[in-house]
Amino acid sequence: MSEIVLQIDGLEVKATAGMTVLQAAQQAGIHIPTLCHHEKLEAFGGCRLCMVEMQSRGRTSYVVSCLYPVEKDIVVRTRSEKVDKIRKVLVEELMAHAPDAPELVKLAEEYGADRDRFERKASFCVVCGLCVRYCNEVKQKNAVGFIDNGALREISFIPEIARKECWDCQECFALCPTSYAQAAYLLTEALAFPGQRKAPSRVTKVTEPARRVIPIKPIAAPA
Amino acid sequence: MARLHSAVELEELRAKILASRDPARPCIAVCAGAACDGMDSAAVAAAFLGEVDRQELDGKLEVRTTGCHGYCEKGPNVVVTPGDICYFEVQPADVPDIVAATLKGEVLDRLVYKDPRTGAKSVHMNEVPFYKHQTRLLIGDNPKIDPMRIDDYLAVGGYAALVKALTEMSPDQVLDEVKRANLRGRGGGGFPAGSKWETTRNAPEKTKYVIVNGHEGESAAFMDRAMLTGNPHKVLEGLIIGAYAIGAQKGFMYTRHDMPLLTKHVRAALAQAQDYGLLGENILGSGFDFNVELHFDVGIFVSGESSALMRSIEGNPPEPRPKYIRTSVSGIWDKPSNLNNVETWANVPQIISRGAEWFTSMGSKGSKGTKLISLSGHVVNSGVVEVPMGTPLRTLVFDIGGGVRDGKTLKAIHFGGAMGGAIPAHLIDAQLDFDEMSKLGAPIGAGGLLLMDEDTDMIEMARYLLDFLVNESCGKCVPCREGMQQMRHILTNLTQGKGKQGDLERLEDLAEVTGLSSLCALGKTSADPLKSMFRYFKPEYESRIPGGSGGK
Repeated sequence: MSEIVLQIDGLEVKATAGMTVLQAAQQAGIHIPTLCHHEKLEAFGGCRLCMVEMQSRGRTSYVVSCLYPVEKDIVVRTRSEKVDKIRKVLVEELMAHAPDAPELVKLAEEYGADRDRFERKASFCVVCGLCVRYCNEVKQKNAVGFIDNGALREISFIPEIARKECWDCQECFALCPTSYAQAAYLLTEALAFPGQRKAPSRVTKVTEPARRVIPIKPIAAPA
Repeated sequence: MARLHSAVELEELRAKILASRDPARPCIAVCAGAACDGMDSAAVAAAFLGEVDRQELDGKLEVRTTGCHGYCEKGPNVVVTPGDICYFEVQPADVPDIVAATLKGEVLDRLVYKDPRTGAKSVHMNEVPFYKHQTRLLIGDNPKIDPMRIDDYLAVGGYAALVKALTEMSPDQVLDEVKRANLRGRGGGGFPAGSKWETTRNAPEKTKYVIVNGHEGESAAFMDRAMLTGNPHKVLEGLIIGAYAIGAQKGFMYTRHDMPLLTKHVRAALAQAQDYGLLGENILGSGFDFNVELHFDVGIFVSGESSALMRSIEGNPPEPRPKYIRTSVSGIWDKPSNLNNVETWANVPQIISRGAEWFTSMGSKGSKGTKLISLSGHVVNSGVVEVPMGTPLRTLVFDIGGGVRDGKTLKAIHFGGAMGGAIPAHLIDAQLDFDEMSKLGAPIGAGGLLLMDEDTDMIEMARYLLDFLVNESCGKCVPCREGMQQMRHILTNLTQGKGKQGDLERLEDLAEVTGLSSLCALGKTSADPLKSMFRYFKPEYESRIPGGSGGK
């Protein structure tokens, strides 16, 4: 594998061809915030929080580091006025859905985001797709999928599959940054197959403790 | 239909078709384009056919149903040859009179064009103001062609460019001609088609694809539909020539599922080209093999974004992917895939037939050839228009468009649909040029030109365009999905008198971040109309904020 040297935040970073900028940064101990990224899953590029400033051949552009392949001699800045502004506004947009999600609260502190800046939305799902992609790529069950498009896009459990698969698994619950996956599952169960889920064959063990399931606070009225 | 095995056989067939047609025999062409069809031009065509039957005129008078003539405002359109006599707003009841006049070699005065101001009449197409300022290289054949008949296309010289490419030119020479013609993509980006072709040609993978993007979905754009429905073989000929230059074995036509007439015509065109051996193995004995498959969208605008379109062809949901590796290198099933829009492909045959020098003799410094424009909004003459690049907007708006409807004043000229921009009336002497219009903040896009009169509420306009995109986005990335909703919400409030302090700042932040951080061109340009309005019409926005301070 050929070695590629690039610059991230003023540091010379060595990477191998085929790596993404995010991987190169992580390897060098440089932190870039992410929300929809998970090392077991294919890079998605949906949340855009990992966007960085890149200079290449005298041109500045903004790219998502989780997808951008490392290139020789590119100069990456993980923080800049523009990058910070992008992250601030994105966090504000997400907080319109989930103002109390711990990861968003933390990001809001770091980037000075105002949780009440935009119109509050009814759903606390941020459509990061971790549940959908985990169920598809890792569990290969497709018990939860995306439905609809644009502003109406949401995740939805498929009752026929969820009834058989989900109670035994529940791994996506802990992946979810806002606990929406769990709520959506329980709602599906209550509406589509109350009391009919397959009995657990083993003790449920959450194997992905990356995010803890948070208590859901009442949604504050918009300012 | 017999399969043609060589260029000679094709030319023999063409000679036979032409010999069977008497140019002096009158032909009545009834437009069945989208607008005329909507005004029941089918009843007009049926009335003509009924009259031919009743008077037993078979052989003396031909009736032809064609694609869009262009002058949608005055439909149903009828053109009588010889002489290109134009009749407008034709009703079935007018048919016996037209037939009678035509048989006598006369003109039916009451249905010809009458200038609304001077009352002056224009009989022939080259005298009608709407047509006479145009250069109709691409759309001009439409009245001469029944799109269901490949022979009509052959009769106007169709597939001669393919013959030339296959028999007289190497793939490199074809590529070189297109590069020298500086043909820029007509779908919105204006990227040089030749460079794109070359990238795909030079990509190491052997399997390569070429694609017609016939997914016209931009608001106020209907010229590709007119082109592809009215003359599908011209587009197909361009595609086959492109495939030959690029070294592609397979092509895709990707278009909308919701246009039955377009579907019917494209299906027929592909089948007829196959029958004649213009598609398939060993095309015209050249040793070049090429097949085309027809694909339909799944009903959202973002399907027309190149990487989303390619996912859709693969059978996946039409979600764009970042183009850090270009689709011309890694597209459908990760194979090099060259995508151009309908109008770009339609330009290829004439570039090969008439050469790059001829093509570059038309247009402005950076934009060559002609451009199809959909003219609509508060304009007197709406329709499909074709003018040389570099034409002043004034010609489009006033000479061709006839100015603003109902005697009102022009307020703004909007280009490029929901992802375009609006410029104020005083910039009307700007030229139709990819680069100049982009600099002004109203990029040509695919060519939808929307006029807005003095009474247009620019905030409502921005809200309307965003409302379209909110529903047409795929919803994968945050800035496009959430940012557009929030912009729409604020704009809705402004139109309802519910503006509040900070709204304009919020809009500016959302516009900037959505533009910088969205995944594909839909999101990146979704705020462009708003940005152009902030550039030229800011006071109108400020006036909606209580206190009048502009919200800052």
